[in-house]
Amino acid sequence: MNFTLHIWRQQNAESIGDFITYQADNIDGDTSFLEMLDQLNEQLIEKSEDCVVFDYDCREGICGTCSLVINGHPHGEKNATATCQLYMRDYANQSELWIEPFRASSFPVIKDLTVEREAFDRIIQAGGFISVSTGSAPEANSQLVSKDDADNAFDAATCIGCGACVAVCPNASASLFVAAKINHFHQLPQGRVESKNRAKRMINQMEVEGFGSCSNHRHCEVVCPQEISVSNITLMNSLL
Amino acid sequence: MHNLNPNEPSGPIENRWEKHLFDLALIAPQNRKKYNIIVVGTGLAGASLCATLGEAGYNVKSFCYNDSPRRAHSIAAQGGINASKNYQNDGDSTWRLFYDTIKGGDFRARESNVYRLAQLSCNIIDQAVSQGVPFAREYSGYLANRSFGGTQVSRTFYARGQTGQQLLLGAYSAMSKEITSGRVIHQSRSEMLELIIVNDRARGIVVRDLVSGEISAHIADCVVMCTGGYSNAYYLSTNAKGCNTSATWRAYKKGAYFANPSFTQIHPTCVPPTGDNQSKLTLMSESLRNDGRIWAPKNIEDCDKDPNNINEEDRDYFLERMYPAFANLVPRDIASRALKGICDEGRGIGSKVNNQRLGVYLDFSSVIEKIGIEKVKEKYGNLFDMYESITGENPYQVPMRIYPAPHYTMGGLWVDYNLMTTINGLFATGEANFSDHGANRLGASALMQGLADGYFIAPQTVANYLAKSQFEEISNIHPEVVASLESVKVRIGKLMNAPKPKYSPDYFHQKLGRILWSACGMSREMEALEVSMKDISELQSEFWQNIKVTGSKKDFNQTLEKAGRVADFIELGHLMCLDAIDRKESCGAHARLEYLAESGDAKRDDENYSHVAAWEFQDEKPILHKEQLHFEFIKPSLRDYK
Repeated sequence: MNFTLHIWRQQNAESIGDFITYQADNIDGDTSFLEMLDQLNEQLIEKSEDCVVFDYDCREGICGTCSLVINGHPHGEKNATATCQLYMRDYANQSELWIEPFRASSFPVIKDLTVEREAFDRIIQAGGFISVSTGSAPEANSQLVSKDDADNAFDAATCIGCGACVAVCPNASASLFVAAKINHFHQLPQGRVESKNRAKRMINQMEVEGFGSCSNHRHCEVVCPQEISVSNITLMNSLL
Repeated sequence: MHNLNPNEPSGPIENRWEKHLFDLALIAPQNRKKYNIIVVGTGLAGASLCATLGEAGYNVKSFCYNDSPRRAHSIAAQGGINASKNYQNDGDSTWRLFYDTIKGGDFRARESNVYRLAQLSCNIIDQAVSQGVPFAREYSGYLANRSFGGTQVSRTFYARGQTGQQLLLGAYSAMSKEITSGRVIHQSRSEMLELIIVNDRARGIVVRDLVSGEISAHIADCVVMCTGGYSNAYYLSTNAKGCNTSATWRAYKKGAYFANPSFTQIHPTCVPPTGDNQSKLTLMSESLRNDGRIWAPKNIEDCDKDPNNINEEDRDYFLERMYPAFANLVPRDIASRALKGICDEGRGIGSKVNNQRLGVYLDFSSVIEKIGIEKVKEKYGNLFDMYESITGENPYQVPMRIYPAPHYTMGGLWVDYNLMTTINGLFATGEANFSDHGANRLGASALMQGLADGYFIAPQTVANYLAKSQFEEISNIHPEVVASLESVKVRIGKLMNAPKPKYSPDYFHQKLGRILWSACGMSREMEALEVSMKDISELQSEFWQNIKVTGSKKDFNQTLEKAGRVADFIELGHLMCLDAIDRKESCGAHARLEYLAESGDAKRDDENYSHVAAWEFQDEKPILHKEQLHFEFIKPSLRDYK
């Protein structure tokens, strides 16, 4: 397969970026999307040019490092998938790809396709934890958790913190990310004690970071690689 | 030279850790804020350590190369975490977990360390549950367990197929709480490139800011390395792309002994490679082996057939045939070698890579028939989805294809019972050290070790070191600091300006990977290892002549990052082969073809090799030191899974 790639190049946070067009030819269908970019970078090294910087690490869809907006879709069009889990066979019918970074003022571009998502870390630091210290935990089975609650908590906890929900939201809201963490803890008896206070602090931090509010577009749950449901946002709001 | 004293307590093994805790010096709460600790790497071991040290009141400075601690590769561990809670009343105990771990490691680990690990396993579960880790539960509300990776008791706690993710997020949230308290200062997108030693003690590190390219020195009273393993030496592995040996290798070159570098684990259940441009391999949790049956066609001519059209009598369920007692649940090394053997015979399946079919089937049809597709979905849903997204095949309908891949490294920096390396004030925890898994790690034990080290062991032993030491003030113009900064800059200059820049870092990395995979992978032999050492030496000189790094060093430059890591992997690869040559026995995952039993199983030589091989860096040739292992409580026996 041959692809024409329009890739966002931007030297650093201060500079103005633009799309540059490259060609990636003879790409095998079993090549992953990021491996296709690896191959492009190998070409660039050969031509003594600076490589395209993009975030990646585990390449198995769990660490949340990879990002990219592909033809207008964060993590590409495929549902329930992070960018690193896209394969070029998914693009067999397309020959032209527009690849750009996540766009949100709270996620500034630091180079090319890479953005800074430390705002998410700071939201977690504001309250995304249960205040327990090492050593003070009671026996694990001393507090029962119904299977439904445990499963619901897990469904929310599985968020990988990639930020696609922010990238797709017209308001650049981090509501889905924040709500997932709040709901994860709220489903569990050991987390419920701090629920209200936690929600207040995390939502406040979300606003401080410049993320918008939720106005029910629900695009976030569509692009979420972990299929986190917007019902988490409803629950979060009910805690306020 | 270090005396390699493991500093183990003596007496009944049940009481050793408690006795040791009492003997360790303490620092009063009000004095803790006077001490500064650097933690390098914030995966399970590092994040749990940062959290615990912060809670205690120390000043912690931590670094990771990812854009957030939540992304560390601990997150990818799927199957679970062991603890000897004996909730299932199936005869489990601290002693049994201790026994299984020592035996699983093929009697190449230190008894005192392993017993302590088993003891602490239960505290980890308590801690994680209280942090809100959503472990699987029964309808009664009690925690669920499963049997995992070759154990005969159900002691594994799990959170669907994402146990590592949930435990890491637990440790990350605990660490985040301490960042808020101000006691932990964390810097992401930062890579340690040198260790600073002053008066024979680790006192700091040199770090490169991966975004700006700025090089800076950071001074503290001690340094803890929580930097993970080095499976990426093989290029293709299940590790995240960024995982590297650079931090441990810098420490090695500054005097920390590197123990058992050839002890690497090749995991049997990974998605097979499909071509030359493959950048990594993906692990499918070995919990799949609980219900999946592994087979290959009996006849070579069936190998390219649709598996569903191969008759039952033409299928070879080779693990069930070879190891009737443990069958599909034999330990990883045994499964991996058997699997490779089948493919080497030409009975592999899937597309050909370099003219060989690399894969066998992992078949779920019988369990689907038995318990129904819904139950199977509940157990393995996300793993099946992951497999389908990688291969485009539906494992509910077509058997999965699997092939072994490098996955975990038991070797690492040598540490004593206090997790201190041979450099004073330099500690190593989690996969970065060599301590608990011997020559082979059992499933669901990596998470356990990382968290035992981070939550419960290192916080105590680091405090003891600080309490017993006096620290002089060190400024940024101290000659050692200046020299360390300078050496980092010189090295980066060399990487950026090779005499004849020609090839990318990946070019060299792939070459190294191929050498190590064939000579120092699942089976090793003298001749091939010796050839590899020569090949690696040549690769090393070629690297420094021809490495081509484009872009600028004062910028976000992933090519430069890779080049530095590959340079270290090449040197480590050389040491891995040397260590494999020196160990003239088979043990655990280390299968020397000249020293296998007739059955093909590993044959240990306890008389000559019941030791930890700890290598000391020297310019000419590394020097081997041996820590003799003593088995006072468990008599070394043959690891027999027939």
